[in-house]
This record gives sequence, structure tokens and C-alpha cells, in this order.
Amino acid sequence: MNNSPYLHKATSVQAIMLRVLLALLPGIVAYVWFFGAAILLQIALASLTALTAEAVVLKLRNKPLRLFLTDGSALVTAWLIALSFPPLAPWWLIVLATAIAIVVAKHLYGGLGQNPFNPAMVAFALMIIAYPQHMSQWPSLHAVVQMDFAAQGAMIFNLSPTQTLDALTMATPLDVLRTALHNTESKTTIASVWANYPGAGSLAGRGWEWIAAGYLAGGLWLMQQRIITWHLPIAFIATLGLVAGVAHLINPAEFASPLFHLFSGGAMLAAFFIITDPVSAATTPYGKLIFATGVAFITWIIRCFGAYPDGIAFAVLLMNLCVPLIDMATQPRVFGHKKQDRIRHE
Amino acid sequence: MRLFNFNGGVKPEPHKKDAAELPIAVSPAPTFLVIPLHQSIGGTPRPLVNAGDLVLKGQRIGAADVSTLGEMSSAVHASTSGQVVAVEERCMPHPSGLSALCVIIQPDGRDQWIARQPFDYRHHSPSDTRAYLRDAGIVGLGGAVFPTHLKISSGKHSALDTLIINGAECEPFITCDDRLMRERADAVLRGIVILRELLNARQVLIGIEDNKPEALAAIQAALTTCTEKNDAAIKVVAVPTRYPAGGAKQLIRMLTGIEVPHGKRATDYGVQCFNVGTAYAVYEAIALGQPLVSRIVTVAGNVAAPRNYEVLIGTPMKDLIAHSHPLDDTNRLIMGGPMMGVTMPGADVPVIKATNCILVGSPKLFPPPPPEMPCIRCGECAKACPADLQPFELYWFSRAKIFGKAQEYHLFDCIECGCCAYVCPSNIPLVDYYRFAKSEIWAHEREKASADEARERYEFRQLREAREQQEKAARLAAKTAASRAALLANMAENNPVSNATLVSENTSGATTPAKPAAPTPAELIAAALARARAQATEAKNTTHLSTAQQAEIDAIEARRAEIRTQAQPHFPPDD
Repeated sequence: MNNSPYLHKATSVQAIMLRVLLALLPGIVAYVWFFGAAILLQIALASLTALTAEAVVLKLRNKPLRLFLTDGSALVTAWLIALSFPPLAPWWLIVLATAIAIVVAKHLYGGLGQNPFNPAMVAFALMIIAYPQHMSQWPSLHAVVQMDFAAQGAMIFNLSPTQTLDALTMATPLDVLRTALHNTESKTTIASVWANYPGAGSLAGRGWEWIAAGYLAGGLWLMQQRIITWHLPIAFIATLGLVAGVAHLINPAEFASPLFHLFSGGAMLAAFFIITDPVSAATTPYGKLIFATGVAFITWIIRCFGAYPDGIAFAVLLMNLCVPLIDMATQPRVFGHKKQDRIRHE
Repeated sequence: MRLFNFNGGVKPEPHKKDAAELPIAVSPAPTFLVIPLHQSIGGTPRPLVNAGDLVLKGQRIGAADVSTLGEMSSAVHASTSGQVVAVEERCMPHPSGLSALCVIIQPDGRDQWIARQPFDYRHHSPSDTRAYLRDAGIVGLGGAVFPTHLKISSGKHSALDTLIINGAECEPFITCDDRLMRERADAVLRGIVILRELLNARQVLIGIEDNKPEALAAIQAALTTCTEKNDAAIKVVAVPTRYPAGGAKQLIRMLTGIEVPHGKRATDYGVQCFNVGTAYAVYEAIALGQPLVSRIVTVAGNVAAPRNYEVLIGTPMKDLIAHSHPLDDTNRLIMGGPMMGVTMPGADVPVIKATNCILVGSPKLFPPPPPEMPCIRCGECAKACPADLQPFELYWFSRAKIFGKAQEYHLFDCIECGCCAYVCPSNIPLVDYYRFAKSEIWAHEREKASADEARERYEFRQLREAREQQEKAARLAAKTAASRAALLANMAENNPVSNATLVSENTSGATTPAKPAAPTPAELIAAALARARAQATEAKNTTHLSTAQQAEIDAIEARRAEIRTQAQPHFPPDD
């Protein structure tokens, strides 16, 4: 016999995770529209791996299989991994990454709710260190569009020896930014590099900017559904925009505009789907602001001055480390413990 | 009027309509009344009747116990006329299922009152009025059953700024206050006027949730026709419908902006809060001379005919719910609402002063919660918490038994309203974890207090013994010296030669003090006997203490007193 309260709101972890997956759909649709259905294959691979790995570990840990397999958390991790990896990355890369995310980053720390690090970002960081060549091969838009789904699949499963990925790849918009910044002697500016860049869109990379817009739309829906609060995404976007904006104003030749930063790489995905992972993010209102600000700032630093094309994974992991401290230091004031003007001392 | 806001809260399905639409029905006297003596916070009243006694309705059967916890106790009365058949232990309406002393009365069917005299509070001293209310058994009827007379007493500040009347009734299913306000608005208002006068309150704010437009209108109408209201200082305020708006702290916050912290009395902030049912009981006691023998109880949930009843205190729950026809799949009774109510150990337990609602449950109405999942720190609970706590942090600390941290995160500010568990997507029974942590901490505090006391006692004894020994040695030395000096003086008078020898020895011995000739053993014994006699008449060791010693003893006593007060249970200051 349970105790009060006897009423329960119609909500569950599963419902939350399903809505997160749903919110990813606009971005995925844009992805398929511009880059073909290969991403769906990657999502399927990641999902299958995640569920298998989850099932195996749950079995080993004597946990109820059905309850945890259906909670949707493994799928969210899988989808985020698939969406942050290059779309034509070899199949084993995504499988390995997903398995590591579920087994190491999630279950070795105690499973759902216990992981201090964002599993998808652990997988991303590990892979980019271990297999930098695969993780940095982003296909050019026009090359990919010319491939049909079969050709893309063949590429992922390494079945077409005639065509190598190298031939299809090109510098990402963020690489362009770095080139401009690092080649100070040759007097290249972002504008000059960008003008000759075949993948240039109106804000950022062609196609990529629309995928980012899709994530933005899905993220706003999540906010409207009260799955996430405004603190994390708004603080992230504001900080990245502000830092990039200030640098851009000071030296527009070397530093890209805030809009470019926000619509490039994983910025929008991170703002609404990655840093909002409740388990590994800060939880208090002020803590969330600090956490998101930190992630955005470190991301910008790595993007501009680091060795990797995008710094989100490292930024998230670094801030994950700070979460216990942030949460402890930002405990909200409790009812009755606030400053009160109306206390009467007669 | 400007309303303030409290954070958090939830909006569960109200389920109030069915019972709220029907007038209050009178629940007839059952075959036997089971009236527990302990029905309020504080000391258990002392039984005044024995088996076989005939009692009248309203006759005091339990006298407030004013010896254990001061005035913290309230009388109980026979709910109808009849014969006392037993004074014995019966199962209490408490989830523990523990028994306590009850007076069992067989009603005679005549329902004959004692002589009822209105109480002219205007011509009595405040302390007389308090004693009258205590003996009339008036306690907070919102559910906390805190003795009302203690809240009438002036606190640290003589004048009260705001008297708050709680008609919010925020829990789902419960409609007893709603019906009371609709049907007996005049009496409720007269009770409010009496309370206001007793408390000398500047203004009165009657807070009613805006989902009760009829009750709001009824009280407003009573206010406009009431002859006793002397100015416009009494206001009816509609507050937004959001659980737990009816929590005393939340209602005070909404109406005045004042946040009463945990463990503090509302009066210290110039406010006091009474439930509308309590105001009605005060009216009945003062204006009609009727002690508290009945109350309005909602019967709702898994019944064919949900309704409010005027119920004699002591009516077994099964007799009451029978009028509403519980459905076949009924599996439990809950006293109170679905958010904070407690499951009854059986259907035989009586209706008491704290019973505002009997919620009849079934597996369909209150299904067992889905399996508990791990906390994902989504923060829904923090958003819902009206005390602005971080419930998930408290959950982690309680679960890990890190009770110090739990207290640091203000575990004891939790009012156990259940909002966090209501919204938790992982179906974690969060409030159970807090109840567990609180009881563990209380048990630990009690243990620590008694250990501290034992240690203090031991240390004090050691200190005392050491001091006694020291003093004894000093006294002994002084007396030996004195008696030797006396003996020497005697000997000098009797034998000058030996004295002269002594002096010459002394001068040759340079710095060494005069060494008196050894007194004979007989002389020493006589001196010792004299000392013993003197000691017998002398005062004890605590008479002549140095200021440092006295200060130390005072400090120890103060520490003891503090530990004793800490070990006492904490009572909520409000309804």
C-alpha cells in the first residue's frame, strides 16, 4: 500500500524521451532533404547498436529489460551520435561510438540518471581523438546530392572500392573560418575564403544552416512543451552570439559573425538537445545559465583557436565536470529564507 | 487587492463537483461512538468518565492535559447523549494502526444537550476566554488540529496586523469547507468577527480559491448584511486555484507577501491563520455555548453518492461511508485528500476532529504507481515545489542517508504537500524518502540528546568529585594547621621552656618555618573529632563556589536545557 500522494500526473521518462526524439525530426527532415537518406541509415545503425548494448548490459546488471529498453533514453543518445557524426562515416565508427556511449559512458557509471558526462559527447570526443581522419571527412553538398541512397549506403559499408570518401569531402564552414584565422600572413580574410567556398550558404554552410534551423524549430517546441526550460538554450545562444559578435566587431576579417557560429557545426543541436541532457547538466536556474555560458564560451575558443573543427563535445564534457560545484554553489533560496521587508519588529 | 504569488504548485483534476452540489446531510448517530481522547496536537486529555456513566451531548469526557506540555492540549466531549460502555484502547485513525484510549458511548437516541450558555468573551479576561475555548475542545479543523486557544494568545507582539481565514480548500475531492461557506456563511462570518475581536486584528482577509464562486458569493453576501462588521477591514479574496494554495504558509504568502519560515510562528510576522471550519466552531462555542462535537466531512471517491455530512465526532468511518454507498471494488479508506491524506488501518476507526474528508479508494481510482525509475534530474519537482526546495537533491541525500546534507538543503522546510511526487516522471515516491529521512534524523537527535545528557551528567559528576576532593584537602590542611597552631599555643602556655627551645631552633634553621613539636596522638584524635563535628554542621560543597565554578555549572545547565527543548517534537505553528 503506497502513501500519499495517491494521484500522479500523466507523465513518464518515456514520454519525455519520445518528445525529444520527435523534436529532432525537423532537423532530420532537413538533413535528408539536403544530404540524402544516408543519415537515416546511420540513425538506424546507432539505434540498433544502442538498444543491443543496452539490453546486454541490463541483462548483465540484472535490471528489468522491458522497463529500461522502452524508456527511450538509449535512442536519444543514439540519435544524437548519428546526427553529430559525418553522414558518410563508415558503419563501424557509429557502431563503436554508440556502444561506447551506452556501455562505458552510461552503464559503467550506473545507468540511467547516474552518468556525470553526456554519453553522446563522450563518444564523439573519443572518436575524434581516435579516428580524426574519419571524423573530419564531411562530404560536400553537391557531391552527396549526386549520389543515390544505394551509393551512400555502399560508401558507409565500404562496398565501393572505386569511390573513396576523400574525393567527396571538402572543408566545412568551420574549417574555412579556421583557415582565415590561421593564415594571417597570406592576408586571407573570412570574406575572401567564403567567396570562393563552394558550400557557402546565406548564413553558414549551404544545407547545414537549414538543418540548424530545423533543430531550432524542434527545440522551441520542446520549450513550449516544458520539457526543457529556457535557461540552457538561451544562455548558450546568447553567449556564443555575444562572444562571436564582439570578436567579429573588433576584427571582421578573422572572426566570423555570430549568425555564422550559431548556424554552423553542432551549435543548434547542442543548444536544444545536447546541453539540455538533464542528467549531466546543471539543474538550478542560475546553474543552468552558468553551465550553458561555459559551454558556449569554450566552444567558441576551440572553434577559433583549437585543433578540432568543432569544440562542442569538449566544451560539454569540461562543463559536465563542473556541474556538482555549480549546482552546489547556486542552490536557490528556500521559501521563508528570503529577504523580507515586511517582517514586523514592533 | 494585490495578490502575491508562491512558486511551484500543481493543478490536479479537482473531482469536487459531485459532492459540492449537494447540501450537507446529517449523519445519524451510529450504534456506538468511539471517541479518542487524543484528538489534537499536544497532551492527551485525562478521561473524566467511567464505564456505566450516563453522559449528555456536549458533556466533557476528557479534560485538557495542562501538565505535560503546558496549555498544549484540548478537551474532548460526548458527541451525543447516552451511556459510556467502556473506556479502552481502540485502533486510531492513523496509518500505524496503533491503539489509544477511547471513550465508547452507546447513544440513547435522545441527543440531549447539556445546558448551553453563550460565553460573553467581551466581559472575560483573555486568559478566561482561552481556557473556555480549550475546554470547549476547539482545534484547527483544516486538518492540523492545533489547539485554537493557543493561537488566540497574544504572541510577542500584542497587536495582530492581519487575520487570515483559510477557505482555499485546495486538495482535490474535498468540499466540506465549500459547503460550510455556502450554507452557513453567516455563522462562519460571526466566528470570524469573534476571532478578529479576540486577536485585535487590524484587518481580516478571507482567502477562497476561485473555483468556488458560490462560496465566495455567499461569504460576500453575508459580509454585506452582517451587522457586526464594524468597518471595511474584512475582505473576501479570490485566490487562484492551484494546489497547495490552502497551505497556511502559501495562503499567507499569497495574501500578504509574507513568508513564514519553518519553525517560526506566523504571529511573529503579524499574521495568524484559521480555517473557516475553525471559525464556525468558534462561533458555535462562544455564541451558542456548544463545544466541538461534530464537523463537516466529505465522503468522496469510489462511492455511488459523494456528499458532505455533518458527522458526530467518534462515528466509525464504515457507518459514515455507508450513507454514500461505497462501490464493490473499494480497497481502502484515506483520511484527507489524495495529495496529503493517510491510508486508514481499517473501516472501524472513528471520525475525529482532523477528519475533513474520507476518500474511498479503489485500485482503479488510485492505481498503484508504475515502477519506480531512476531520477533523471529533470527538475520537474523543483519547478513544482511550493517551498522552493530542490526535491531531487533531497531525494539523493535521503536515499544515500546523507542526512546532514539533506538538512543543509532544508529538508525540514518540506511541507510534504506531494507536488514533487505528483509530477515526477520517474514515479519516485519522493515524499516517502523525505518522511524516512526526517524520522531517521529525529531518532538520531533523540539518541544524541540522551547520550549528550548522559555525558554531561558524567562530566559534571567528575568535575564535582574532583572539586570536592580538592576542597576537602584544602579544608583538611587548613584545619590541621589551625589545630596544630592551637595545640602549640596551649603547649607554649604550659611549657615555656620547650617553646623557647623551639624559637632558638627556628632562628638557627634560617628560612624553614617553625616546626612545631609533634602533638601527641591523643591530641590529634581529639582535634580530628572536633573537625568532624564541625563538618557535620557545615554547608555542602555547592555553597561556597568560586564565580568561575558557578559559571561553569550554569553553562552546563543551559546546555542541558537546550538539549531538552531540542528533543521535544516540533509542532506546526499554523492550521
